[in-house]
Amino acid sequence: MAAVQDGQLNMEVEKDIKTEITNDGSGNINANSSSPGSTSSGGKSKSPAGSGEDQQTLLAVLQFLKRNKLTESVDILRREAGLSADADDSPVSDSAGAGSGGVPNVSADGGDANSLLSRVSIATPFAPPATAPPKVVAASGGEDQPDVNVVLSAYSQQGDPVLYPLYYNGLKKFIESVLDCHRAELSQVFYPLFVHMYLELVYNNHENEAKQFFEKFSGDQECYYEEDLRILSSMSKKEHMKGNETMLDFRTSKFVLRISRDSYQLLKRHLQERQNNQIWNIIQEHLYIDIFDGMPRSKSQIDAMSGSLAGEGKRDANKAKVFYGLLKEPEIEVPLDDEDEEAENEEGKPKKKKPKKDSMGSKSKKQDPNAPQQTRIPLPELKDSDKLDKIMNMKEATKKIRLGPDNLPSICFYSFLNAYQGLTAVDFTDDSSLIAGGFADSTVRVWSVTPKKLRRVKSAADLSNIDKESDDVLERIMDEKTASESKILYGHSGPVYGISFSPDRNYLLSSSEDGTVRLWSLQTFTCLVGYKGHNYPVWDTQFSPYGYYFISGGHDRVARLWATDHYQPLRMFAGHLADITCTLFHPNSNYVATGSADRTIRLWDVLTGNCVRILTGHKGPIHSLAFSPNGKFMASGATDGRVLLWDVGHGLMVGELKGHTDTIYALKFSRDGEILASGSMDNTVKLWDTLKAFDDVELDDFTAATGHIHLPENSQELLLGTYMTKSTPVIHLHFTRRNLLLAAGAYNP
Amino acid sequence: MAEERRPKQCTVVLPTESMKAMAESIGVGQLQEESCAALSEEVSYRIKEIAQDALKFMHHGKRCKLTTSDIDHALKLKNVEPLYGFQSQEFIPFRFASGGGRELHFYEEKEVDLSDIINTPLPRVPLDVSLKAHWLSIEGVQPAIPENPPPAPKEQQKTESTEPLKAVKPGQEEEGSIQKGQGATSAEAKGKKDGLMRMKPRSTHELSVEQQLYYKEITEACVGSCEAKRAEALQSIATDPGLYQMLPRFSTFISEGVRVNVVQNNLALLIYLMRMVKALMDNPTLYLEKYLHELIPAVVTCIVSKQLCLRPDVDNHWALRDFAARLMAQSCKTFSTTTNNIQSRITKTFTKVYNKCWLDDKTQWTTRYGCIAGLSELGPDVIKTLILPRLTVEGARIKAVSDGPVVSNIDKIGADHVQSLLLKHCASVIAKARPLPDNVEQYRADYGYLGPMLCSHVVKARAQAALQAQQVNRTTLTITQPRPTLTVSQSGIGGSGGSRTASIIKVPSSLTLMSTRPGTPTQLSPPATKYIVMATSSGSSSTQQVLWMAVLLFLFSLKYPYYGKSNSNKQVNL
Repeated sequence: MAAVQDGQLNMEVEKDIKTEITNDGSGNINANSSSPGSTSSGGKSKSPAGSGEDQQTLLAVLQFLKRNKLTESVDILRREAGLSADADDSPVSDSAGAGSGGVPNVSADGGDANSLLSRVSIATPFAPPATAPPKVVAASGGEDQPDVNVVLSAYSQQGDPVLYPLYYNGLKKFIESVLDCHRAELSQVFYPLFVHMYLELVYNNHENEAKQFFEKFSGDQECYYEEDLRILSSMSKKEHMKGNETMLDFRTSKFVLRISRDSYQLLKRHLQERQNNQIWNIIQEHLYIDIFDGMPRSKSQIDAMSGSLAGEGKRDANKAKVFYGLLKEPEIEVPLDDEDEEAENEEGKPKKKKPKKDSMGSKSKKQDPNAPQQTRIPLPELKDSDKLDKIMNMKEATKKIRLGPDNLPSICFYSFLNAYQGLTAVDFTDDSSLIAGGFADSTVRVWSVTPKKLRRVKSAADLSNIDKESDDVLERIMDEKTASESKILYGHSGPVYGISFSPDRNYLLSSSEDGTVRLWSLQTFTCLVGYKGHNYPVWDTQFSPYGYYFISGGHDRVARLWATDHYQPLRMFAGHLADITCTLFHPNSNYVATGSADRTIRLWDVLTGNCVRILTGHKGPIHSLAFSPNGKFMASGATDGRVLLWDVGHGLMVGELKGHTDTIYALKFSRDGEILASGSMDNTVKLWDTLKAFDDVELDDFTAATGHIHLPENSQELLLGTYMTKSTPVIHLHFTRRNLLLAAGAYNP
Repeated sequence: MAEERRPKQCTVVLPTESMKAMAESIGVGQLQEESCAALSEEVSYRIKEIAQDALKFMHHGKRCKLTTSDIDHALKLKNVEPLYGFQSQEFIPFRFASGGGRELHFYEEKEVDLSDIINTPLPRVPLDVSLKAHWLSIEGVQPAIPENPPPAPKEQQKTESTEPLKAVKPGQEEEGSIQKGQGATSAEAKGKKDGLMRMKPRSTHELSVEQQLYYKEITEACVGSCEAKRAEALQSIATDPGLYQMLPRFSTFISEGVRVNVVQNNLALLIYLMRMVKALMDNPTLYLEKYLHELIPAVVTCIVSKQLCLRPDVDNHWALRDFAARLMAQSCKTFSTTTNNIQSRITKTFTKVYNKCWLDDKTQWTTRYGCIAGLSELGPDVIKTLILPRLTVEGARIKAVSDGPVVSNIDKIGADHVQSLLLKHCASVIAKARPLPDNVEQYRADYGYLGPMLCSHVVKARAQAALQAQQVNRTTLTITQPRPTLTVSQSGIGGSGGSRTASIIKVPSSLTLMSTRPGTPTQLSPPATKYIVMATSSGSSSTQQVLWMAVLLFLFSLKYPYYGKSNSNKQVNL
């Protein structure tokens, strides 16, 4: 426990941040190799024990907050974590070993801890606006971690480069010779081993050997790793490793494998018998083997879950309870639509309606045991207009068509003509009265699809002349001269990639390549706020179903939760290893799902900021997410053209829908959740029978714990319909309140 | 384990020659071989990195084509100044030239005449984005409207008609292809498929009520009296994608219609029916091959029938024959294959009739006209082999009619038409085939009575051809002026062709060329990649014009970075 002053460390970390922000990716960051304040003792004890690391992480965060004089947050964090006041002082002092000492193996862990720091979402109290500066995550979420050299130096331990292929081959022979039931499980080791051996060769300047090694064994790897292999193959020199995101992902996060105890013992015995330290070291250092008791999994079971950048999610990562139930609807005095009722009466089916309404009422009165507490997160109060809207909604809901395999929805397709490949995002309002489109030329356009035209509020001078007491004041404030079918919103300085209407139709959010999220008023058609925080393109943004909150995620790998009236984020969700490509709120607004280019989906708790689910199984960047209306299930679509269905409560994959041949950009459940619609780049809309898909699912705790999932091979039976468009990729889908499916895309002649 | 080996991925590196070329372009003469190798590897790596990032932007832009702006954004991500100005939507091909032991890739830059730019009208303003709604599906059924793709693609119609056993419903077809993609399950799926009996699914040949209504409306409009309605109906037949189920009905309608109306000599109706045939042939979604056996006889009837109208001396049935002959030629072109031999069979038919009337003086001029028209529409080769040898005989016959005693007015008109038809078609063929000079006597000797007239036509045709050739030459001349060339390396990462660009544009003092792009390793002299156009004096309108032209010039002289654009789709292998 050598001593290092707080001050010195402080300076260094600040330097870090600076280099992070100004760094263009090529700067040399030698000076920072000692930066992370972590324990040197943790360096060697790389046991897969999560608690120790957590502790370290917490301490690292505490330190940082302290240094930045964020005492309030420090207190709160300490209280939350149950740490004593002096607990955080000790690790500061012993970080010197890592700092001054040139022992690469030891300091390597410093890198790990620091990257961990980036993975921890910074949870700050909710009610006062977050005090944690966005800088923290901006820094760690940037392209390169501050301690590239430290990270890399882990590879400096080297064996004879000529022996690498022999080692690998030896293991391959062994694995091919074991019993069938173990083979599939042990084969999982191949890919991470291959990657790390290759990186080691490259790091130690054995360029030719690395190339040969790659050529010899890259063909053996699973085909879904092709993208990563391509990136890897381009990396043939030590210099390239600096600042390469993929490389850092491999190094800073352990590749997680789930292996049954028997198989693991087999592997361990083999490696120890052979004295194969090289491989054993890699397994110890870079792999996290999640051992479970029970039957080894079959090849198809493993294949279903693997494919992400960093292996499968750890089992305990998905253990936290998720309140997936819906919030109780506020009770509104519904003036039980008299006219409608009479109209229906005339048609002669009054009896059918009555019980329906009752059932709806009773449903909303009962508290779902799986639902979070009503006040778990503060939600905005309902305004009068919201109540009116709710009433409208319920009225429409009574006219809803019940969908099913025999009763498919009609699809109305909105084609954007003359978009010249420029349409990048589309959204519909919940009541389907407005369509917004984001374009590559930085504009956002809003169309009205009802006869009601879009009007602006009058100017301030004109507004003062209005009689404020009159009944139709809301009508009078609108400027009739500005009525038009569409409006253009100018403000962004880069392509608009994400767009989302607020539930009350007063606001529109747009996220853009320029790194900002903008809030637009649909009353004045002007920009109200530009939320700055992401320094890199923001790929997606989404309003909460209750308004007020919204989520954004982008290239900096951090998802941010904002409230419309705060210019700084309330929460930052860090943990993805690659760009966040899509974001979505859970219907109860307590959780947020993010899909990423690292081929995982994460579910975050809005209240605590924790990651509560890591869902792996996609083989390509995820581009669309959808929650079922009851909040229990989720669907996700990726570039690999597959739709995966998830049980949110258990954190398990429950279905796979194959059929699309290109990226799926749009997914939507029907209003009752019986049908899932998917829209894709391959110019088709497909409808799937989700009722049946979820019926077949049987889950117990065992499968939940080990991932012994049995995916029914019936995606063709679930496919209810395929509808080709002429030459229009489908990029958005929406079910109206009456279960009419709206689709949108730009016509590509 | 992936069974099939993937293509090699790790060894794609820019050649060292490019490095040398780039170095030369910015004034570094002697570059060591090792430095070149090191540079090229580094540059290739960086390019791959940028391309990978650019792909992200492509995916999020919901496109499957990489554009230059994607590259710009990727550069911006890396904190590198983007390459300004490369906004072209089109693929810009590099030319390749070799000689003197050097190989060059260059982008062909055309010299632009300023007066041309000023005088050409401005291009049309691109249309604004607009929104259009249509029904993709109504309660699970896709309506057959022009906005939707044809319900049964042409390929499928073809397989259905040619290989009924192999025909599958679209749904099954998809299933098959998907399972092919899934290596593991394909064997299973195959077994399942083979187990099923291969039977052609029984297809219903009944039309829905809507289709029946449509059929009624369309056929009525096509043969009705209202020309506007007819135009609309024909337009519908020519463009609507969902007609394949009605095709057998239309085909029968036409063949029956022709059969009846030829007997009744109803010229107008025959013309309408032929226009229907034309519309059906124009529809790209229909697979007509199945119905040619009904359509071709109808068309041929309209070409060679003795009498098509009530008053052959007044009515212009010649136009119908011409039209039908063109239709025939078109269908020969599109549908003739080695197996069905339509073209040769049609030719034989015409020649047979023609031979008969050659032997038999009594054959109607109308039939003769039809045969000649039908044959000559088939192309110059047919004219050369089948019509030219008969010109003498035909000429004699025409002479007999026109010089001889007036037998009937009809014959005279017929002979006139045949004569002008022969002159029209033969002249161009002869003009091509026959060497100069055009001697009237020689023509008379070769072609008999028609010789002198042919001669004058040929002379005219030759003059016309010469005139056209001259026009073509003139345009090509302007293109083939010597062009400045440019090596590809100049627009690469290392440097840019700024100095050259600057030399093209000589607009004094109104332009400032500025250098940007700091930090590129091999860049020595400040090249220009960023253009800032500034007006020094507000000046007269002419200055403004010059400025405007200068901007345009930039647009024209823009070059392309060699990695700038991949015109192929998203399968960019790096």
